[in-house]
Amino acid sequence: MPTNLSARPAPLPGSGLLLALVVFGGLLFTVAAALTDDPLFRMSCFVFVTAAVLAGFALTAGISSGQLKDEPDKYMDGVIRAGVIATMFWGAVGMLVGVVIAAQLSFPDLLYFPQAGWLNFGRLRPLHTSGVIFAFGGNALICTSFWVVQRTSRARLAGGIAPWFVFWGYQLFIVLAALGYVSGITQSREYAEPEWFVDLWLTVVWVAYLLVFLGTIWKRKEPHIYVANWFYLAFIVTIALLHVVNNLALPIDILSSRSYSLFSGVQDALTQWWYGHNAVGFFLTAGFLAMMYYFVPKRVERPVFSYRLSIVHFWALIFIYIWAGPHHLHYTALPQWAQTLGMTFSIMLWMPSWGGMINGLMTLSGAWDKLRTDPVVRMMVVAIAFYGMSTFEGPVMSIRAVNALSHYTDWTIGHVHSGALGWVGFISFGAIYCMVPWLWKKEKLFSNALVEWHFWIATTGILLYIAAMWVSGIMEGLMWREYTPQGFLAYSFIETVSAKHVENVIRTLGGLMFLSGTLIMIYNLIRTVRMPSVTQGDAGAPALSAPATA
Amino acid sequence: MSLWKHHGKFERHSLLLVIGILVVVSIGGLVEIAPLFWLQSTIEKVEGVRPYTPLELAGRDIYIREGCYVCHSQMIRPLRDEVERYGHYSLAAESMYDHPFQWGSKRTGPDLARVGGKYSDGWHVDHLTNPRSVVPESVMPPYAFLKDKDLRQVDLGKKLIAMKRLGVPYSQEDIDKVLVDVEAQADPYSSDAVDLRKRYGAKVVNRDFDGDPSRVTEMDALIAYLQMLGAQVDFSTYHPDQTQNQR
Repeated sequence: MPTNLSARPAPLPGSGLLLALVVFGGLLFTVAAALTDDPLFRMSCFVFVTAAVLAGFALTAGISSGQLKDEPDKYMDGVIRAGVIATMFWGAVGMLVGVVIAAQLSFPDLLYFPQAGWLNFGRLRPLHTSGVIFAFGGNALICTSFWVVQRTSRARLAGGIAPWFVFWGYQLFIVLAALGYVSGITQSREYAEPEWFVDLWLTVVWVAYLLVFLGTIWKRKEPHIYVANWFYLAFIVTIALLHVVNNLALPIDILSSRSYSLFSGVQDALTQWWYGHNAVGFFLTAGFLAMMYYFVPKRVERPVFSYRLSIVHFWALIFIYIWAGPHHLHYTALPQWAQTLGMTFSIMLWMPSWGGMINGLMTLSGAWDKLRTDPVVRMMVVAIAFYGMSTFEGPVMSIRAVNALSHYTDWTIGHVHSGALGWVGFISFGAIYCMVPWLWKKEKLFSNALVEWHFWIATTGILLYIAAMWVSGIMEGLMWREYTPQGFLAYSFIETVSAKHVENVIRTLGGLMFLSGTLIMIYNLIRTVRMPSVTQGDAGAPALSAPATA
Repeated sequence: MSLWKHHGKFERHSLLLVIGILVVVSIGGLVEIAPLFWLQSTIEKVEGVRPYTPLELAGRDIYIREGCYVCHSQMIRPLRDEVERYGHYSLAAESMYDHPFQWGSKRTGPDLARVGGKYSDGWHVDHLTNPRSVVPESVMPPYAFLKDKDLRQVDLGKKLIAMKRLGVPYSQEDIDKVLVDVEAQADPYSSDAVDLRKRYGAKVVNRDFDGDPSRVTEMDALIAYLQMLGAQVDFSTYHPDQTQNQR
């Protein structure tokens, strides 16, 4: 067997450099693991070392076998296929954890174990929120953005090996965060719980992501940057800004997992909710609007309804969203001027949100029959409808008088889930149903009937979930403020807890149905991938499929 | 209209687009957050707010580790029912040494901003060990394992130093005596408690919080933290009608 080195295909640019960095990182964290006296930090170091060893083997094998070959005249789709798999895997995990913690609140005697602190609600809840937002949603955003930016720029992803680094680096971030939560590493900042060293790692990955995305745009063969890419770009840039500022913290030691936030009290609270609300605005909205602006026109084969509306939508949305954070702090010790500003902009936010909704829905002009014939289109349209509903409910809840009732209650949880399950979940499912046949060169999905089942089970599940949370949230809010005719508080706190039992059970059922829909989808996708491929005309032909701009 | 044509520049130049995005998303945060650092009226001037003792700080870190903030707020709003249920509404000054803040966002359980002194130490031990033994309808998880875990004290000194760097007024003596202070506060008969109170204030209590005098456990620390929550400010010195407190 002659092993002619010169005949070996050139690997992806940067593979050798990455391998060197991986080896160096592995050694660095081995030393750190040996030096630290913090067992939690040592555990995290071992995760880094394990990742470095696996990456080292994979890179060496990839380079020497020629698997990691550079194909500059083709789209880079392998990393997107990996992203689709990761999206569905983490989606199922994150939703399963959600069902478990919902069941814990319904049946606390059955599902808590006194000596297993890591299974308690307080540790699993961040696992659920990060699992669905960052693991499921984040992977969906990264893989769809890689698809969209290549097709709409007619250029291969920039950076050689960098897209693969972004993908695996992001999975490492997820594993570090998840293991941290269950073992007790957290900064207690909601939706930004990972500690300082995980935050630093995510910053590295995120900057690489930004450079890959921008680099691909720089290479574009289209004069215009397509509207979906504006939204992806706003999402990537703003999340970087939010992430860095909100996680400013001082580690107690360079070899300790614990840090304390730079700000305290009221300033810290507003910084956190400036971050928290814009994690909604830029992670869960702008990024997924980008999906809408590409996959809806593509699937229904119609141009985006209005080009001008998309311009107004874009700038108004990103300008106004950033102000909305203080509505999470109504009636708190935050100065009232800040609360009022937050409320005002939250109400104004209704307009750009609905502008976007209209732009998405009206794209179906002349193709409304597809709602009946194509369940994937229906899923995306219902996603946009849920987007409209939750972006109407949000401004209402941001009004101080309404917030006095809704804050601290299950109503907020219901609101979040109408956005997360209805909008984020369904638009991602729609995009992935579109992408899988394209990515794996199949004529169509394995079964449209299974998509129908997924759609109806999941939709019913969402409705059960949010209806139960409206009832329990408004009920407990009213019970807390109920007075007897004699002028005493009518209910003790625990009475409001036991009153919610039925709603908690219904919520668990709703979540279980949504999870079941996801599992049906996974089955359908696996069967799709196993179908015979269509004409093997060299896979991933470069440069075509012009964007659906108006 | 020509305005639309100008937008073409953003669509053709990615760096211009990035700069445009950065400018547009920076304005709101700057206007809302930055003034909180220099407007004097943001934090009220009140008597009594002090840094956490080392044992309380360790307890607070356990509170954070276990995710208590996920279900318990520490922020009483100035609404009639909340003030009657939980006590005086929370002041910004009361969390001025909280790195990070623990206001919370959800009340699956009740607010804890003023839970200090409301229940006995024994009640807290029973409740944390098995919540349903004292509140049958509770949905709270059990924390029995806290009683069996020795409190990790080796990094407490570093924690105080980090807090001091962030502006919490710990003295060098506080940092030097961190381990003595932990033992003193967890021991009802400690002779060092006088010194502890001299530095942290007369309201600091030294008790055997978890009922196990042989060692200092995580249960000791958590209950020490819970029992001081909201009891610091002397509200006889707080006058909400004064102009400096009108926010």
